[in-house]
Amino acid sequence: MGDLIHLITAGLATGAIYALVAIGFVLLWQTSQTINFAQGQFVMLPAFFVLAAMKQGGLPLWAAVLVGIAASVLLLGVGFKKLIVDPMRRHGVLPLVIATVALGLLLEESTKTLFSAQAEAFPALVPSTTFNVLGAPVSLQDLSIIGFAIVAVVALQLFLTRTTTGRCMQAAAQNPEVARILGIPVERMILLTFVINATLVAIASVLISPIYLAKFSNGGALGVAAFVAAIVGGFNQIRGAIVGGLLLGVVSNLAAAYISAQYRDAIPLILLILVILFRPRGLAGRAEERTV
Amino acid sequence: MTIFTRTAASAVALLALTLPLTLTATAGSAAEPIKIADVIELSGTGATTGTNWRNAAAMAIDEINAKGGILGRQVQMTDYDTQTNPGVSRAQIQKALDGEPYVILGPIFSGSVKANMNLAQQAEIPQFVGAQAEELTHLGDDYLFRANLSQGAGMAKIANYIHDDIKAKSIAVVWVNNDFGKGGHDAILKQMASAGIKIAADISTESGQADFAADVVKAKSANPDAIFVYSNEEESARFLREAKKQGVAVPLVGETTLLGQKVIDLAGDAANGARGHVSLSPDAPIPAVQAFRDNFKKRYDNLPDHAAMQAYMAVYAIKAMTEKLGKVDSKALAAAFHGGTVTPAMEPNVLMDASWDKNGDVDRDSFLAEVVDGKQKIVAVLPRLAK
Amino acid sequence: MTGLRRLLAIVLSLGAVAVLIAAPFDLKPYGVYILSLWAVTAIAVIGLNLMIGYAGQVSLAQGAFVGIGAYTTALLTTHGVPWIGALVASGGLSFAIGWLLGYPALRVQHHYLAFVTLAFNTLVGLIFRNEDWLTGGIGGISGIPRPSLLGWSTNPPRSFYLFCFAVLLLVALATWWLIRSPWGRAFVALRENPVRALSLGVDTRRYTLLAFALGSGLGGVAGALYAPLVQFIDPTPFGLGFSLNLLLMVIVGGSGFFLGPFVGTLVAVLLPEWLRFAQGYYLIIYAALVIILLAFCPTGLMGLFGRLTTALRPVPARPAAATLTETVP
Repeated sequence: MGDLIHLITAGLATGAIYALVAIGFVLLWQTSQTINFAQGQFVMLPAFFVLAAMKQGGLPLWAAVLVGIAASVLLLGVGFKKLIVDPMRRHGVLPLVIATVALGLLLEESTKTLFSAQAEAFPALVPSTTFNVLGAPVSLQDLSIIGFAIVAVVALQLFLTRTTTGRCMQAAAQNPEVARILGIPVERMILLTFVINATLVAIASVLISPIYLAKFSNGGALGVAAFVAAIVGGFNQIRGAIVGGLLLGVVSNLAAAYISAQYRDAIPLILLILVILFRPRGLAGRAEERTV
Repeated sequence: MTIFTRTAASAVALLALTLPLTLTATAGSAAEPIKIADVIELSGTGATTGTNWRNAAAMAIDEINAKGGILGRQVQMTDYDTQTNPGVSRAQIQKALDGEPYVILGPIFSGSVKANMNLAQQAEIPQFVGAQAEELTHLGDDYLFRANLSQGAGMAKIANYIHDDIKAKSIAVVWVNNDFGKGGHDAILKQMASAGIKIAADISTESGQADFAADVVKAKSANPDAIFVYSNEEESARFLREAKKQGVAVPLVGETTLLGQKVIDLAGDAANGARGHVSLSPDAPIPAVQAFRDNFKKRYDNLPDHAAMQAYMAVYAIKAMTEKLGKVDSKALAAAFHGGTVTPAMEPNVLMDASWDKNGDVDRDSFLAEVVDGKQKIVAVLPRLAK
Repeated sequence: MTGLRRLLAIVLSLGAVAVLIAAPFDLKPYGVYILSLWAVTAIAVIGLNLMIGYAGQVSLAQGAFVGIGAYTTALLTTHGVPWIGALVASGGLSFAIGWLLGYPALRVQHHYLAFVTLAFNTLVGLIFRNEDWLTGGIGGISGIPRPSLLGWSTNPPRSFYLFCFAVLLLVALATWWLIRSPWGRAFVALRENPVRALSLGVDTRRYTLLAFALGSGLGGVAGALYAPLVQFIDPTPFGLGFSLNLLLMVIVGGSGFFLGPFVGTLVAVLLPEWLRFAQGYYLIIYAALVIILLAFCPTGLMGLFGRLTTALRPVPARPAAATLTETVP
């Protein structure tokens, strides 16, 4: 029994990581119709900003983290929007998607060539002391990730529904033309979305890297996990990201332990296909009407 | 012009302009430099290991050139990226062979080697590979040489260790499901069968995997006397951490990677107590090896792994053997390596004695080691078979 | 097209074909291998272009279909089945699997298809790797023979290239005919305005499925050539990365243009050569160039050629008329 509990708690911890990556992905899709295939690489990169700040800049960890977040906001938030999304958006969804695929490749290769092809240890913000919960070992790091994911989702949900800016963002997403007529600065709202995503991925990166280790190739698998989590959970609701992420983490672990280790990666994918075919709105999503 | 003629014209123009420029021979180079082709994984899943290999080879060649080259001629190494893709690797070795090299280094991944070894054989150019798959040296290729012990040889030594030193009656095998891990997995299973040791659990893991909870749980519940871990660096480190977190009490045994400094750095004190066989160790208590390690660290800002070490030793072995032959002749070099030996007496940066048999397998001393207090400690030296 | 223009078009096409046939005789073995790789990959990209450019469906599974074709051919030819039989099996199997995959998958909205095909690609890769009783697993299948047609052996590199090029020509001609046919017009209708097509009585589901299955089948044909080209296959080349690369080739060449696949594949295959001077940076430069190209010309290189040649055309006199300008959001 202790084993099962441990599998579930470990799955929740890993799942929270997927959820963190998925949240920004869902946010970008919801508010600006951007399917960001480089989301995994977005989570990989800020850790390297931090490491560079510490190594080359000689900064202490907390300062380096702030530098990392700032660099992330600048490059992956503002830069991404102005240099890539804006020029592509008027051409339709497909060129933008392809551009993000190319961007992911660019970020990965740049990190490999300009920083390091090796895995680098990343200092933990949170100590790795371990508690015993119902016979299963749970570390403080795991709890901090789960905690942050939940806080992020709740905070975002509140922001979007309760604050004026949040509601403006939603309006801009649902119907940009009408929003403009109503005086909402649509461009600024979209920019804000990208900035929020960049901040989220930077914090996620700092939380994840002590466990994942900073490596240029981390982005690929994390990105796919984010898509699966987002779709399974519900593409059109922020809470979908956390439902999908946690479910994905737990199901992967249980599948690996009790079904097949060789096919452990297949179970989430099969889940994805089933959800898309039979419940496209996802498990926690809102039903979307087809627009003509 | 219609759309069709426009596009046809553009296509023809593009083709006619670009093809001859890009694919015909490059300007013929002077006969002076000795050309070494490095056909290696510089992108894709093998990028980490391949980059280390290439960096070490480059360092060796710079050192050699600084001291006057081989037989008075400078050495020129060119990299060809296989992208960890057998189809690309075949293209790249063809490209390398078109340049008429003296010797070929790499690849490391067995799949890429299988795709391209025939071409080197047909061209009669010796090829020093980092691949460890057992079958490669049994395919009748007189031009294939290993830079490191095959998985069969390594696992035979580990099997003795598990049987004699740890006295285990059953083990759990945790392995990474790729080119490298599968070969090791098959080899260890074979060895365990002949040693009469039971396999309590056979657990495959994925390359790049981060969550090892399920695997440690499975390994623990099989109640083995020891757990054999065979994976890449990051995954080994993560497994060690998870094992410590779950309070695994039985010994964790590994082959080279598990006991490397990189894994120790990444796993922290979760690595302490890991033990096993090390075929090539940059931490060996041999002054020349330690000098290599320090030079590598200084030049590239990270520690060398066993791939780096193999490449370095291979380049110097080629230098030593070429100087012994007194001429730069690919076919003669291949013949000399069959049954040949290089020693530090011939060339100090060979680092350790090495012999190659008629199949191209290499034999060197290897080590039994344990991780103690965050450092790899050599516990015993296993001498090579030939003397 | 006037008679003169048609003649010009035919002469230029024949010229292009002649260049491509003569090319290998001037090149070293590596160059010939790269040309062969171009021809084989172009077939897969033509298939993907059919799906994306003409029927508007984004598939991230083309790499898997190439893999299915390659493994089928490898298994059959290493057991003595002549290549022609293996080709039919590879193409047919890929077509059938494409049909089966498409049947449920095309019911969902656009962007979801990309994810379903993404998942499918990874699943197929796992099967290639894990089921080693069938596929040889990670160890792969070696010693794949090159076909021998009516006594003419394609073992020498040049012969094999000519063989691949011949298959490419046949595929190109077949695709050209398909696009000109009523089927092709139905595909374009689907892409431009599916709802209108539906209202006009076009069975959108059937045609979408057909485009998807045909494109996948062409992937299988490419695989049937890939196996004897490399003469060794394992699961690694057929993963998601390859599918994404093929997608990039379609877009860079120009999605929906007939010659798009040829140009896009050429760029992808030759760019590492052009960027040889950049050593380790060529992938970075490639990715950056793709982004820049897409920002300025999302219709790809063929679209760029089109725009350039339009710009060079003399502008006919136009009566002064008020034109409505569209605000771009």
